[in-house]
Amino acid sequence: MAVLGRACLLLALAICLYGIGASLYGVRARRPEWAESGRRAVFALAFVLTVAFAILEVAFLRSDFTFDTVAATSSRTTPTFYKAAAVWSSQEGSLLLWAWLLSLWSSLVLFLTRGRLREITPYAQAVLLGFGGFFVSLMVFYASPFDTTHPAPAAGAGLDPLLRYWSMMIHPPMLYSGYTLATVPFAFAVGALVAGRVDAEWIRATRRFALASWMFLGIGILLGARWSYSELGWGGYWGWDAVENAALLPWLTGTAFLHSIMIQEKRGMLKVWNASLILATGTLAIMGTFLVRSGVLNSIHAFGASTLGVPFVVLIAVLIVGSVALVTSRLELLRSEHRLDSLISREAAFVLNNLLLVGLAFVIFWGTYFPLISKVFTGNESSVGPPWFDRYTVPLALALVLLSGVGPLLAWRRATAANARRNLLAPAIASLLVLVAAVAAGVPGNVKALLMFTFAGFAIAAVAQEFWRGMRARRALADEPAPKALLALVRRNRRRYGGYTVHLGIAVLFVGVAASSSFHHQNETSLAVGQSTHVGAYTIRYVRPTATVHDAPVLDNALRGVLRTYPQGAQVGLAHDGTDLNHVLDLGAVLDVSKGGRHVVTLYPSKSYYDIADPTQGSVGELLGGQAVSNVGLSSGVLRDIWSAFDLDITSTPLQRIVDRGNQIVPFNRTDLAMVTVAALAGAYMAQPPPAQFNLLVSPLIAWIWAGGLIILGGGLIALWPAAGALAARRRATVREVSRVARGLARA
Amino acid sequence: MPRAMNPQRKRTVRLVVALTAAVVLATALIYTSFSAASAAVTPSQLVREAQTGRSYELTGTVVKGSVQRLGETLRFSVQDRTGQGIALPVVYTGTVPDPFREGREIVVTVSRQDGTYVGQRDSLITKCPSKFQNAPNGSSA
Repeated sequence: MAVLGRACLLLALAICLYGIGASLYGVRARRPEWAESGRRAVFALAFVLTVAFAILEVAFLRSDFTFDTVAATSSRTTPTFYKAAAVWSSQEGSLLLWAWLLSLWSSLVLFLTRGRLREITPYAQAVLLGFGGFFVSLMVFYASPFDTTHPAPAAGAGLDPLLRYWSMMIHPPMLYSGYTLATVPFAFAVGALVAGRVDAEWIRATRRFALASWMFLGIGILLGARWSYSELGWGGYWGWDAVENAALLPWLTGTAFLHSIMIQEKRGMLKVWNASLILATGTLAIMGTFLVRSGVLNSIHAFGASTLGVPFVVLIAVLIVGSVALVTSRLELLRSEHRLDSLISREAAFVLNNLLLVGLAFVIFWGTYFPLISKVFTGNESSVGPPWFDRYTVPLALALVLLSGVGPLLAWRRATAANARRNLLAPAIASLLVLVAAVAAGVPGNVKALLMFTFAGFAIAAVAQEFWRGMRARRALADEPAPKALLALVRRNRRRYGGYTVHLGIAVLFVGVAASSSFHHQNETSLAVGQSTHVGAYTIRYVRPTATVHDAPVLDNALRGVLRTYPQGAQVGLAHDGTDLNHVLDLGAVLDVSKGGRHVVTLYPSKSYYDIADPTQGSVGELLGGQAVSNVGLSSGVLRDIWSAFDLDITSTPLQRIVDRGNQIVPFNRTDLAMVTVAALAGAYMAQPPPAQFNLLVSPLIAWIWAGGLIILGGGLIALWPAAGALAARRRATVREVSRVARGLARA
Repeated sequence: MPRAMNPQRKRTVRLVVALTAAVVLATALIYTSFSAASAAVTPSQLVREAQTGRSYELTGTVVKGSVQRLGETLRFSVQDRTGQGIALPVVYTGTVPDPFREGREIVVTVSRQDGTYVGQRDSLITKCPSKFQNAPNGSSA
């Protein structure tokens, strides 16, 4: 099968090269049949890469360890769900996922634009196939997912336990979809610029792809934040890590693009800006992949050594130089059809929003790539930390939230004072009420947080007012009941009201970010059973320990026998995880949370210990010496989260003596006896629990972040959904084309 | 009311003002990034050039068998990523991320105090677990 996989990759590379040639020849030599053949090459690429991806997926599901990537990141005992997801946990597999998704999205856009944009699509095909060819050649020449070893290793290394989390199945494909979708409008922008057809037509054709890219990146970022919050045991959701920033950058420029294209569509302005923005977004998407996959920022954060650096640097250089050259050579064509009439207008608000978003992107770009930049200028690799990022991003985020409320309320072209007063009054009053309520409710005097609450209040009230006015107007017109009118309103104008819903979600999300980062209480401490500590207004008491041994059913009786010899041994749970034999032991604590003497909630944080194939740790040590994973004890609420993590390093407690003794007397091939030793350890832990480390966190309004994310997702879906009139619009587009041709003929 | 400026001139003025603001802001940004940054150093560099009181971003691999835990205090040694050079002992308190293990690459902000290297509270960062498979020993767990 690996041979077939390699053949698929070679064939894919050939298809890319042929498709680029055919598309370019077709459009330059005015031979449409060749351009059409280039278009089919994209479909063929999607087919071949689907086969390649299926081969790799099947190899993972069958635990075929002749495949090197399978042996490195999966194992027979990895649960099926994670076997399927382990495909993209390796460098090679994720490159294949990238190329595969790219080919699927490219096929989709070329299918949807069939028969239209005839001058632009051949170039777009060439660009998309160029990206495809780049990633396929990385796999062919540098990191093949189809490398094999014969004979196959007996066992695989298994998927890292930290990656065994439900969202790992969707988080990477979401981000990669976001990255690859960003290349679609990029390719069409290049096509439009090369062909000199810079009206808004290419934007209309690919707007949904830009929106989908933006949405997938957003979902991917939020899933990553959620994973960090609930899996990594530090309680944070954002750390300005280079990988997070890499995904945020194209999301920010994509946000700017989605706003500014409205001005080009409506008023024919900002053409240079839009072209530059989407070229930047596409380039940043590639740079994001590069950052995650190349190891360039090796010393600072999260990257393994890799050989992909040079080809990526070459590609990025080509993208940047090509983009700049293309835009400057088309400046004459990109001249604005109109001028900005007034600084108090919808257009001006859009321009300001764009400047803020691009400014924000620049700040984050600078901070993320600072280790490289400082190395060039000073010779030393230095990095900037979260405080530096916060200093610039907080004011920019404040301004953006306020602007997201003000912008939609301003009239196009020129807002009059009366117009501004009528539209801004109610939200302004609402935001002042929020401020007064926050101060009255005793929110501590944190200026940034209070400003954020006020501005978010303004933005939410502005959205509510727009919905209310639209609904009232409809009801006046059609005499419908309110819910029906609201539904009809949104359906008639999905893009607008989807956009407002996104604004609502952003405001909610930032309220959560401001509150949780400004007013959280944290306590890291060591507690023995019976001891308590305080976090904010809460008292947290370590009530009793918990332990669960994960074994096979046949061992149950033996283990129970061992556990009976310990006073609290009967309380040790025995769990059977089916195929997940890597998961050996959970140790944890029961925490009682009370406030003012009244019980609030009980939390059950614990730590899971996994095995590792490492004989140096001994026959028992091997069972516990793998990656340990925190299981967070979490009580989520609308107003506050109480978050707790438990940590116990077995090697630094008296329990280690049991492990050491077991290592001496249990031979390596007797996993059953080793498990008996683990059960004895669990029994000893229950009888005499050593003090454990607790990380305790009370954060207000964290749930608002996830709620805001869901609202944003909903708004994105509303805007993305094909309108009922989409077919009619396509017909209109055809009519436009016909009339353009007719005009061209008339001039001849 | 003074006579309105001619529109072309007005646009030029606006552009100049906007560009000046952008340049000033960018300069501030660039200046602060250089002054706020802490240098990333390897253990062998740190031993050569550490000045008492300055903080450094120490990057390297946790030496096998060096991790000791006493209550809230974590002691471990860090070695150059190449596995050569001296093993620098670090004393650290604060959050320890799950992926922290012997043999893994970490980043921690340290300063030298009375001859020992003290980690800044909660500054310990580990590599993202999705990248472990590229570790030199080729094993992921």
